[in-house]
Amino acid sequence: MVAERTRLEDALRAKGDLKLVAYMMAGHPNKKRSIEVGKRLAGSGIAALEIGIPFSDPLADGPVIQRAGQVALEHGMNVTAALEVASSIATEGVPVVLMTYINPILAHDPRRFAAEAAQAGVTGVIVPDLPVEESEPVAGWLRSASLDTVFMVAPTTAEDRMATICEHSSGFVYCVTVTGITGARKELPAGMKELFEQVRRHTQLPIAAGFGISRPEHMKALRGTADAAVVGSAIVNEIDQGRDPVALVKELLKGCR
Amino acid sequence: MARPTPTHPVDGRFGAYGGKYVPETLMGALIELEDMWHEAKADTLFQLELAGHRHAFVGRPTPLYAATRLSSHFGGAHVHLKREDLCHTGAHKLNNAVGQALLAVRMGKKRVIAETGAGQHGVAAATVAARFGLDCTVYMGTEDMRRQSMNVRRMKLLGAEVVEVTSGTKTLKDATSEAIRDWVTNVQTTHYIIGSVVGPHPYPEMVRDLQRVIGDEARDQYLSVDGKLPDVVVACVGGGSNAIGIFTAFLDDKEVALVGVEAAGKGVKSGQHAASLVGGRPGVLHGSYSYLLQDGDGQVLPTHSISAGLDYPGVGPEHAFLNDTKRVEYVAVTDKDALAAFKLCTRLEGIMPALEPAHAIHYAGVLAREMGPGGRILVCLSGRGDKDMDSVDGG
Repeated sequence: MVAERTRLEDALRAKGDLKLVAYMMAGHPNKKRSIEVGKRLAGSGIAALEIGIPFSDPLADGPVIQRAGQVALEHGMNVTAALEVASSIATEGVPVVLMTYINPILAHDPRRFAAEAAQAGVTGVIVPDLPVEESEPVAGWLRSASLDTVFMVAPTTAEDRMATICEHSSGFVYCVTVTGITGARKELPAGMKELFEQVRRHTQLPIAAGFGISRPEHMKALRGTADAAVVGSAIVNEIDQGRDPVALVKELLKGCR
Repeated sequence: MARPTPTHPVDGRFGAYGGKYVPETLMGALIELEDMWHEAKADTLFQLELAGHRHAFVGRPTPLYAATRLSSHFGGAHVHLKREDLCHTGAHKLNNAVGQALLAVRMGKKRVIAETGAGQHGVAAATVAARFGLDCTVYMGTEDMRRQSMNVRRMKLLGAEVVEVTSGTKTLKDATSEAIRDWVTNVQTTHYIIGSVVGPHPYPEMVRDLQRVIGDEARDQYLSVDGKLPDVVVACVGGGSNAIGIFTAFLDDKEVALVGVEAAGKGVKSGQHAASLVGGRPGVLHGSYSYLLQDGDGQVLPTHSISAGLDYPGVGPEHAFLNDTKRVEYVAVTDKDALAAFKLCTRLEGIMPALEPAHAIHYAGVLAREMGPGGRILVCLSGRGDKDMDSVDGG
């Protein structure tokens, strides 16, 4: 599928340096503070910002992001409020990608969700419990609102499904580097490089590596293999501890060069 | 093209319900499981082996029992109980666990995991793990560990590791989420024995196939005793595995009414209940699209039932289909009525039912009074009530 290159795709393609994608949860620790944190992250040198919309039962998430989601829900965060958060941050110019589970989108109505996300200045959407086989009609609504549909490839993905996933993806392909859930890990898994090479045989899109990535030395290891690295739990943990996550981002960016 | 029927899900769906809404990491395992299950189902040797374990290990066939004193108490309609409480380990859950353990062995998986609410499925999983030499981890919410402490001890004695789940509502929903997260992490070595007809495809179909022995036996037994079929079959519904198990054999008998009984907790209007079909609307939880108790934002709501096994916000996708097509009628019974039925059955029949099927027994009484002496009611007595003694004493 030859499509026009999107803004997200351009932002994430590595040009020598590894690109960094930061993740934060809308409404964590509260709505106002998450907008402030998002704006600071937007200007910190990252290539894109993933903003999570909380769900009560996040199957792909480890304890740090689960807890952040719980805190956000307790403060009344929902799709509408998260789109307001995203909109405030997107005005800073950073490409914003939403990450949430399928049920909040279904409850909001997928068509309305796509239209409102586009209006908020969002560039793409990731839904970790929506494999390509189940992705219509939701993905169709996203595409018709000119939003990128980012699908995931895992170490357990068979070659034939990899081709289908890449075909359905736009913006970038999200490579889940570990067999597991989100959360910072000390070591990056072996076999990561082979996974990226395999994916590249099926797509021209940039490849972002995610899950378990948290340290500057991880960035060094990924540089030259993936286009971008997604750091989630490590940043959310900084926010959770009341620290400015930009300091961590600066450290990580040093490893990207 | 043929209309999708409950017996043959099309593309992993019963009508609109079902599907595989899981992280990509699990997709390969689900596709493999589906292939393996269809292969095993068609394999005579596998079926013979399963039949052997069902007979000598589980204790099948379980009897059909004429509950004559309950019948008199309810005004004369004939009430029969399908005695799944007499299965080894005390509930129908072992029917499924044995089949899935055989499948795990066939797939070369050395470790099994399970979620549990009432503890009956956890005990069943720990039991088959012991029997087949597999490592076993069971996820159970703190709240359920408290109210089902005897089953926690049983699982530990059987050699299983019981992991306490402290997140969310600390019950079955959160235990299931935690089990799925374990599976995402250990999918290469581990088989996840889901305990009900819930979860992503092929689980609802596979667990149904393994539980339908309840209804297949009961239908034959009923015919051989009475020469005709019951007017109505009643079963409790949490995730819905005993209900699907007994209903499946009767789906084509249009003259037999089927009734699923959900947990109304403190009353459906109170908001403190677990009646997904009676009080919920469709959504996605734990990998499948089905009825779900959720708020307007799609967040899953906390549930309440005195019965840990029914205390779950979702329900199997085949039940959602049977609800929409009106083949099965779904109703809800309160904690209070279930407790009274528990005591009634214990005193009148000398059979202590679990609190889960006590919901069905209560509703059988309601139907019996409507039907009068000519009525013929079959109830799935899905498990025994020893595990519930603390809840009953407290209630």
